Amino acid sequence: MAAEGRVLAPPLRPPSPGGGGAGAPGAVPGPLLAAEVLALDDEEDDLEVFSKDTSLTEVNSFSSSVPISPSSMRNQYKLEDEPELRDLFITVDDPESHITAIETFITYRVVTKTSRGEFDSSEYEVRRRYQDFLWLKSKLEEAHPTLIIPPLPEKFIMKGMVERFSDEFIETRRKALHKFLNRIADHPTLTFNEDFKIFLTAQAWELSSHKKQGPGLLSRMGQTVRAVASSVRGGVKNRPEMFTEMNNYMEAFSQKINVLDKIAHRIYKEEREYFNEMKEYGPIHTLWSASEEDIAESLKGVASCIDKCCKATEKKMAGLSENLLPILHEYVLYSEILMGVLKRRDQIQGELDSKVDGSKKTEKDLFSEEIGKLEDKVECANNALKADWDRWKQNMQCDMRSTFTNVAENNLRYYEECLATWESFLASQTVELHMEEDSEDRP
Amino acid sequence: MESAEAEPSDSRPEEDGAAPCSGLPPPEHPAATMEDCLAKKMEITVSEAEKRTGRNAMNMQETYTAYLIETRAVESQSEGQCAPVDSLWRRYSEFELLRNYLSVTYPHIVVPPLPEKRADFVWHKLSADNMDPDFVERRRIGLENFLLRVASHPVLCQDKIFYSFLTQEGGWKEMVNETGFQLKADSRLKALNATFRVKNPDKRFTELKHYSDELQSVISHLLRVRARVADRLYGVYKVHGNYGRVFSEWSAIEKEMGDGLQSAGHHMDVYAASIDDILEEEEHYADQLKEYLFYAEALRAVCRKHELMQYDLEMAAQDLTSKKQQCEELATGTVRTFSLKGMTSKLFGQETPEQREAKLKVLEEQIQEGEEQLKSKNLEGRDFVKSAWADIERFKEQKNHDLKEALISYAVMQISMCKKGIQVWTNAKECFSKM
Repeated sequence: MAAEGRVLAPPLRPPSPGGGGAGAPGAVPGPLLAAEVLALDDEEDDLEVFSKDTSLTEVNSFSSSVPISPSSMRNQYKLEDEPELRDLFITVDDPESHITAIETFITYRVVTKTSRGEFDSSEYEVRRRYQDFLWLKSKLEEAHPTLIIPPLPEKFIMKGMVERFSDEFIETRRKALHKFLNRIADHPTLTFNEDFKIFLTAQAWELSSHKKQGPGLLSRMGQTVRAVASSVRGGVKNRPEMFTEMNNYMEAFSQKINVLDKIAHRIYKEEREYFNEMKEYGPIHTLWSASEEDIAESLKGVASCIDKCCKATEKKMAGLSENLLPILHEYVLYSEILMGVLKRRDQIQGELDSKVDGSKKTEKDLFSEEIGKLEDKVECANNALKADWDRWKQNMQCDMRSTFTNVAENNLRYYEECLATWESFLASQTVELHMEEDSEDRP
Repeated sequence: MESAEAEPSDSRPEEDGAAPCSGLPPPEHPAATMEDCLAKKMEITVSEAEKRTGRNAMNMQETYTAYLIETRAVESQSEGQCAPVDSLWRRYSEFELLRNYLSVTYPHIVVPPLPEKRADFVWHKLSADNMDPDFVERRRIGLENFLLRVASHPVLCQDKIFYSFLTQEGGWKEMVNETGFQLKADSRLKALNATFRVKNPDKRFTELKHYSDELQSVISHLLRVRARVADRLYGVYKVHGNYGRVFSEWSAIEKEMGDGLQSAGHHMDVYAASIDDILEEEEHYADQLKEYLFYAEALRAVCRKHELMQYDLEMAAQDLTSKKQQCEELATGTVRTFSLKGMTSKLFGQETPEQREAKLKVLEEQIQEGEEQLKSKNLEGRDFVKSAWADIERFKEQKNHDLKEALISYAVMQISMCKKGIQVWTNAKECFSKM
């Protein structure tokens, strides 16, 4: 059940580079492309207009989309490897329980440190609840339908035995939320999103009033329904080969990552069962030594070795749950997100296709302005997705490489520790007993 | 651990094992020294196991396993030629018969135990089926171990029935039964009765019984938990095998990561497969512990025998005392203790002097007999204690040596397992870093 009042806060974690892939968001903000950016109309929110600038542009308070060219994105990718160029550091910590008459909920402290000019201050501290993160995600999806928005931890885990407000659940969620914000911060486009900035900086009441602006929930739901409907209709037959390949890849990847997630959880479970049995195994030897004389020391030695291996197993398990499990889970969510992004791209294409088909039927001008705009929209969406896709793949490769290498290192550490323990026991025994056998196994 | 080298303790008394016990025929020679032990003169192996079908005592068809015992005389080195191998087949029930015979005939000896009759302490991969080839194989090794232990025992190795067991295929069962040993076996009920009622057992035996209870309890517990640990370890390793499969499938859709994934997957398969050999080796370690679990029962049997003899002695002494008392009363005419006879004679008239005289004589005869019997029982008891204790000391040394070796071999197994793990994960790490 929910704890009343303050929940013990985990120690403040230093900002991690959000999973090892994305580094600096890019070059130091250069001169504003104010003219081009401010020229956007409000109704063209969905359009992603390319700027001619090769450096990152900044976002003003009206536009929620950042114009950026694919080539500039690719250039920025190289810069992401250099952490010194990061100018936005975010941490999520200190979960706290709040109890009102209606509900109980948890808030997290979000601390932002930045050197960016468009931020009024260099440091911010706000409290946010899960709902706020959901809001941010949906705003980002709205603004960038074909960009890959990082995943949020799930609302409520039904399958596990984890209680809604258990410490374990809260901690897992906190880490995932931290990851979420950092991934956004590392994204060359999303990092300059205005709602993101507001999320990081606004006080509670400011955020509430900002949230109330913009399309309401119902209209958003309506958009989603239309989007789903139109994706069923169109966008597939004229789909460029590249995106069909992406789709095929994502289907296969999604299946693999889900299986991997299950395997990893199963391994964790088996390790825990093994640990539980080992806990009982060592002490029996100690018990036995109490009724022996000659072999008492040997028995106690074995007991101590088993206990040490037991502790090493515990460390191994902790490594798994800190690294492998969260990453695999994140990519399970990512695979769903990517399928969604591909669908939205198809939907945008579908809009164009149906307009073109409609024009053909009524013999209207195929080169009308409307179609022109839609064609631009499709081109922007495609390019944005392609660039983000490349970036995502690079990140994924990097994340997988480092995570699995970490798993291997974890296991190596475990076996090395156990080896040392048993070898020292063996040395102590063979000092007395002159063993002829197995001399190769001795240190 | 097939070769059972029973090391004699230096502090062993000069003559032992020659003591007759409860009226059974003594062994024909004094105890053999290590060099004379049958084990040194003859190579003994249980080399094969075979499934057989036959008809049992109730003429019903049954399946059983027969074991091939091979023996060969050890020639002195100068000859250089190998003696021919003799062999015969025996089944488990015949081994049991042999052991029962030895236990009854040598109650002062801690008789080596047989491997388990039914598979116990199994974990999910192991079969509880007696016909399972792994179980049969481990039993074969256990039976060989049993024969070697008996052949290395200074007293037991000289037994003719044991020798015939190894060398004479036909008619052995009849030979054993002709010794009539079953009749000489003490009833369990009698032994249990003695345990509760004995007043002055030798303290060492009481302690030993206590120790054997503890040993049995702790080894059982250890084996049970070990089986569970093995089960869990098996699970951990085998699930990693799934990585192999998925990595392989995943590598098919990746360009740059493909090679690293594929080769890492292969190492995960190797890792998952490695547990089978590791745990099979550990079963042999478990069998070593099991042998001492069953040895605890043999220890208890010797203690029980002592209790029985002591109880017998106490009963005989008590009987003698009461007879002496009756004698005295009759002679002096005083009735110190109440007896129905005395009362009835008081009520219905005294005995005649002649009657009393006759009674007295009978009693005196009985007393004399009783005193002789008591003397010999005392002697028997003391001899038993002496020779039993000598064998117990020999056993203790053997136990300490064997168990220490077993623990060391367990450590060696763990070290080997760790080294294998390090190798696999080093390889895997290299593959992952190339992804």
